[in-house]
Amino acid sequence: MLTPDEWQAVRLSLRVALWSVGFALPLAIGAAILLSRRRFWGRPVLDAMVHVPLVLPPVVVGWALLMLFGVRGPLGAWLLQNFGVRLVFTTAGAALATAVMSFPLMVRAIRLSLDAVDPGLEAAAQTLGAGPLDRFITVTLPLMAPGVLSGAVVAFAAGLGEFGAVITFASSIPGQTQTLPLAIYAATQMPGGEATAARLAAVSLGLAITGLLLSELIARRLHRWLG
Amino acid sequence: MLGVTLRHRFPAFTLDVDFDAPGGITALFGPSGSGKSTVLLAIAGLLRPDAGRVSLDGVVLLDRAAGIWTPPHRRRCGVVFQDARLLPHLTVLANLNYGARRAPPGPGPSLDDVVDLLGIAPLLTRRPRLLSGGERQRVALGRALLSRPRALLMDEPLSALDAARKAEILPYFERLRDTAGPPIVYVTHAMDEVDRLADHLVLLDAGRVLASGPIEEVTARTDLPALSARRDAGTVLTVTILAHDPARGLTTLSFSGGELWVPLRAEAPGTRHRLRIPARDVALALTRPDGLSHHNVLPATVIGVAPVGPTGPHEAFVTLALGPARLPARLPARLLARVTVDAVQRLGLVPGMALFTLVKSVALGAERPA
Repeated sequence: MLTPDEWQAVRLSLRVALWSVGFALPLAIGAAILLSRRRFWGRPVLDAMVHVPLVLPPVVVGWALLMLFGVRGPLGAWLLQNFGVRLVFTTAGAALATAVMSFPLMVRAIRLSLDAVDPGLEAAAQTLGAGPLDRFITVTLPLMAPGVLSGAVVAFAAGLGEFGAVITFASSIPGQTQTLPLAIYAATQMPGGEATAARLAAVSLGLAITGLLLSELIARRLHRWLG
Repeated sequence: MLGVTLRHRFPAFTLDVDFDAPGGITALFGPSGSGKSTVLLAIAGLLRPDAGRVSLDGVVLLDRAAGIWTPPHRRRCGVVFQDARLLPHLTVLANLNYGARRAPPGPGPSLDDVVDLLGIAPLLTRRPRLLSGGERQRVALGRALLSRPRALLMDEPLSALDAARKAEILPYFERLRDTAGPPIVYVTHAMDEVDRLADHLVLLDAGRVLASGPIEEVTARTDLPALSARRDAGTVLTVTILAHDPARGLTTLSFSGGELWVPLRAEAPGTRHRLRIPARDVALALTRPDGLSHHNVLPATVIGVAPVGPTGPHEAFVTLALGPARLPARLPARLLARVTVDAVQRLGLVPGMALFTLVKSVALGAERPA
């Protein structure tokens, strides 16, 4: 059905999306808690920073990452020097670009469900002897779980399709950074690539629909579980 | 023993209270917005007051001046909130165990004790959303009890319930009061709950304590419009069921001022009860009357006469100490009678005067627990 090269693009896409979600999720939960529960002076700035990839052209995000994490960029040079890690033109770099792009989607979903958690329940847990971390794990996290899960699923589905930021920051190297949309684009640029493009487009559509259905199903299950 | 001194400035009013909750149930009573719930939050540690001190059994939980602040999860104050606040993702059983698991080991009621006391055995596997309001409050109470609290704080636990549900829970609170447990602070704006439950009454208005003391004493005061302007103004007595006389259809109650007769009750002798004796239902006579339908004629001494105020411009409250004048009890039970100013003059009522009070026995019937 798919050629080995096409399979490689599909597998890579899944891997990049998975890594990006795994990397961004804890940070997104942290950002959602800060934005939903804390009042501090830098809050509007953080809010804007989190949401900026949503409104910025993806190419600009890719370019900014290149400036920061390129081998001569401040963070990129530091990573290379101290850990020997190079993000540009690597799968990890593709995952980072994808994570930055899908970060606002995650934060929004998590924040929405966190806003719906009654702080009174956390106060009740507190009077029953639960300290901050205990309270977060046994009360807040389970109650915001629908948002965390749907945020993760939506970010995963969106991450499969990230194009601009990935191609700018990580380039389009088959087997390393050439994810589904990049492979589709490459196929359309090649004579006789129409069939490949069509097959990969169909896979993209299938994955996207599966992701959305899954997210819906999980949300419904969790809502029933939470009462 | 819980000692509370708090001062906190809000945009609308300033809270400035100082009272003790010595044990049993201390009711914080006052209109909405008088600061009752705020006091409770500050005791629990969920609100940090501008200034104040909270001590529980000699342990200081809060002292702003000394820089002491114990976080809520280390205060061991069990709170029963108005809206129960059961954790929706846990079963009733897991909710009950939530506090118990986190409390340090020590003596306290077992899960079985609490489940029995509150009658919640059939609910254990259910989720909170499937419970009725009354069931939720019972589970919330059980959860607080099982956390082995050093003080139990209840924030209008019955105000969200209808009369039937309320009647279903009140007996559990009474039972709790009568077992020697931790001191209970009970916030309410319902006088009937105060009557039935409170050992001590702290009267709040606009963030200030108007009066504080044993319920029998505070309800016998005539200088508190919050109490005396009520239609049912009168003293609250603690009585014990002494004996039943089924042949006559009567039950004898004993209290510190003597004995009272009421229509036959179902409770076993020895049961403790609270009775409000409205001042309107108390009549006075200079000599022991004869040939009367009233069962309860008690010798008493006039302690004071005070005008009723705007709600009864031609009436007066007569404060009475019950018991024969020659045998003054250590803490004589007080009674209030509401009579006309004309009656005060006609009978020549002055402090120190010995007379007889007539209490209509049917006036006590309404206290039957549901």
